[in-house]
Amino acid sequence: MIGEALGLSLRLSLTVSVILLIIGVPLAYWLAYSRRRWKFFLEAIVSLPIVLPPTVLGFYVLVAIGTQSPVGRWYQALTGQPLAFTFAGLVVGSVLYSLPFAVQPMATSFAAIDRKLMEASALLGASRWRTFWRIVLPLGAPGVITGFVLSFAHTLGEFGVVLMIGGNIPGATRTISILIFDQVEALDYAAANHAALLLLVLCFVLLAALYGLRGRAALSMWGWK
Amino acid sequence: MSGPPVAGPELSVRLRKSFAGGERLSFTLDVEFTAAAGFTILFGASGAGKTTVLDCIAGLQRPGAGRIAIGASTLFDSATALNLPPNRRALGYLMQSLALFPHMDVRSNVEYGLNGLGGAERQARVGQVLEAFRIAALAERRPGELSGGERQRVALARTLVTRPQLLLLDEPLTALDAVTKSQIVDDLRVWNREQQIPILYVTHQREEVFALGENVIAMDAGRIVARGSPHEVLRRPQSETVAQLAGFENIFECIFSADHPEQGTMTCRVAGTTLDLEVPLSRVDVSRRLTVGIRAGDILLASAVPQGLSARNVFQGTIGLLEQRDVMVIARVDCGVELEVHITPAAREALQLREGGSVWLVVKTYSCQVLQER
Repeated sequence: MIGEALGLSLRLSLTVSVILLIIGVPLAYWLAYSRRRWKFFLEAIVSLPIVLPPTVLGFYVLVAIGTQSPVGRWYQALTGQPLAFTFAGLVVGSVLYSLPFAVQPMATSFAAIDRKLMEASALLGASRWRTFWRIVLPLGAPGVITGFVLSFAHTLGEFGVVLMIGGNIPGATRTISILIFDQVEALDYAAANHAALLLLVLCFVLLAALYGLRGRAALSMWGWK
Repeated sequence: MSGPPVAGPELSVRLRKSFAGGERLSFTLDVEFTAAAGFTILFGASGAGKTTVLDCIAGLQRPGAGRIAIGASTLFDSATALNLPPNRRALGYLMQSLALFPHMDVRSNVEYGLNGLGGAERQARVGQVLEAFRIAALAERRPGELSGGERQRVALARTLVTRPQLLLLDEPLTALDAVTKSQIVDDLRVWNREQQIPILYVTHQREEVFALGENVIAMDAGRIVARGSPHEVLRRPQSETVAQLAGFENIFECIFSADHPEQGTMTCRVAGTTLDLEVPLSRVDVSRRLTVGIRAGDILLASAVPQGLSARNVFQGTIGLLEQRDVMVIARVDCGVELEVHITPAAREALQLREGGSVWLVVKTYSCQVLQER
C-alpha cells in the first residue's frame, strides 16, 4: 500500500516539476526582464498559491475542471475521461499550486544576471534566442535547478489540493500524504509513522542534495575549482 | 588633419537626446561629429554624456532625434524611423565593465561572435587574434582567473575578432598601469593598421588624451565644446570645464584693464585684488570679464628679484604651504591671490624654500591662458 502511494506521489511530482520547468522558464524570463506596467498583475497571480489555503485553490480548480465546466467537458470529449478525481486532474491542480516554487527562484536568478553580459552578447551579433541559450540559461542554472527541485518536493508533500481535486482513490489519486491522513484517521499510528518517516527522509535527502549541488555548481560556474 | 590617407568608412553622428528629471536633473545631449579611421578621443568629465553617446551609437539607447551612420550603412535615422538593433550593427563596443562571460573560457569568449562562420575559418581567426593580443597561453582559462590587463586583452580580442566596422571603447584602460596600458594600445594600433576602422575612445584622463589622440572631441554637459589635436584642445582650452580637466590648477576671474596691440598683450586685473596680469592679446570687449588659467608647473620661482627676463609677470609673494607629493613639491604662494606652484624637491633645496618665506614668481605671458569669456 505504501509502495503504491509512494509510486503515485513520485510520478505526480516528476510530471508536475517537468511541466513547470517547461512553462516556468519562459514565464520567469518574462517576469525578470519585462518592462510592462501590468507585470505586477502576473507576479501577484503567480505568487497567489503561497498565501491561499490549499482548500480554496483546490475548490476552484475542482469547479473549473468538473464535468459541468467547459474545460472539464472539453477534456472529456478529447480523451474520453473526466478530469476531476483523476491523475490528470491532480497534475493540473498541482502545477498551479507549485507554480511560485518553480518560477520565483528562476526569476530571481535571471534578474540577478548582469545586464551588461546580455548587451555584450547582442553587440557580438547574437539574437535574443542565442543570448538566452548561451548566457541567460547557463548563468541562471542554479535558480532553474532550485525551481525544479522545489516544485518536485513541494508537490511530493502537498495534501489539501490533492484531497479536494483527487479524493482518495487507490492507485489513481491516493498519494502518500493522503495515505498518512487515512491511516491516522483509522488510528493505525504504526503504519502512519512508517509512511511519514519515509516522506520526511526523502524530502530531506532531496533538499540536502539540492543545496550541496548548487553550492558546487555556483563555484565552478565562476571559475574556481 | 592632413594625416594618412583615410581607408575605412567614416562614422558620422548627429544626435539629440533629452533625459527627463527634476528641473535640475534634466539633461540634453546634443552632439554632431564625424570620426575617420584611427583614434578619436571623446574627452570630458564624468556626467558629460560620453557614455550615452557610445550607447546611442551601439544601439543600447535610442536617441530622440538624429542620424548615425558608418560610411554608407545607416544605423539610426529618426527621419525614416530606422533603428537597427545592437546585434545587427556590426560594431565593437568595449564597455567599462568589459562584460566577459564568466562561465566560458577565454577561447569560448573570443569565439562567441563568430557564430556564423565555419569551423576552420573560425579557428584561424581566433588563433590569429589570440596571438595578436598575446593571450594564446590563456585560452583555457576563465575570466575569474585573469589579471586586469589580461581581461582587457581578452575583451578587445573578443570584439575585434568579429571585424567590426567601428570600435567603441569606454574608458577601457583607465584602471591599468601605464606600461600595460601602452602595450595594449600599441597592439591595438598595429591591429588597426590593417583594419583601418574608426576607434572612438572615451576618457576623462588627460594623460590618455596626449598618449592616444590624433583627434580630440571635448564634451561638457551634453555638448561638444572643442575639437582638434590634443594640443589644440588641451593647451588652448576654450572653456573652463576643459581647462580644469586639462590641468589648470590656477583659474582666476579677471577684469580687462588695457590692451597693448603693439606688444601683443593685454593687461587684466585679478578680480578683488590689485594684482595685474599680462596675458596674450585676444578679442575681448573692453570692460568684459575673462577667465585666466595658469598651470602650476608653468610658474617659475626665484629667491631674489629676477633680472633681464622676457617674462612680463613678476610678483613677490609669501609661501603659505609647502607639501611634497611623490616626486613633486606643491607650494601655495600668496601674492594678493593664492597661486599653486609645482616644483621639484631639488628646486626646493636649491632655493631653500620654507613656509612663511618670501619668494618671487615668474609667469610668461603665454603661460596665461585666456579661457572662455564670461
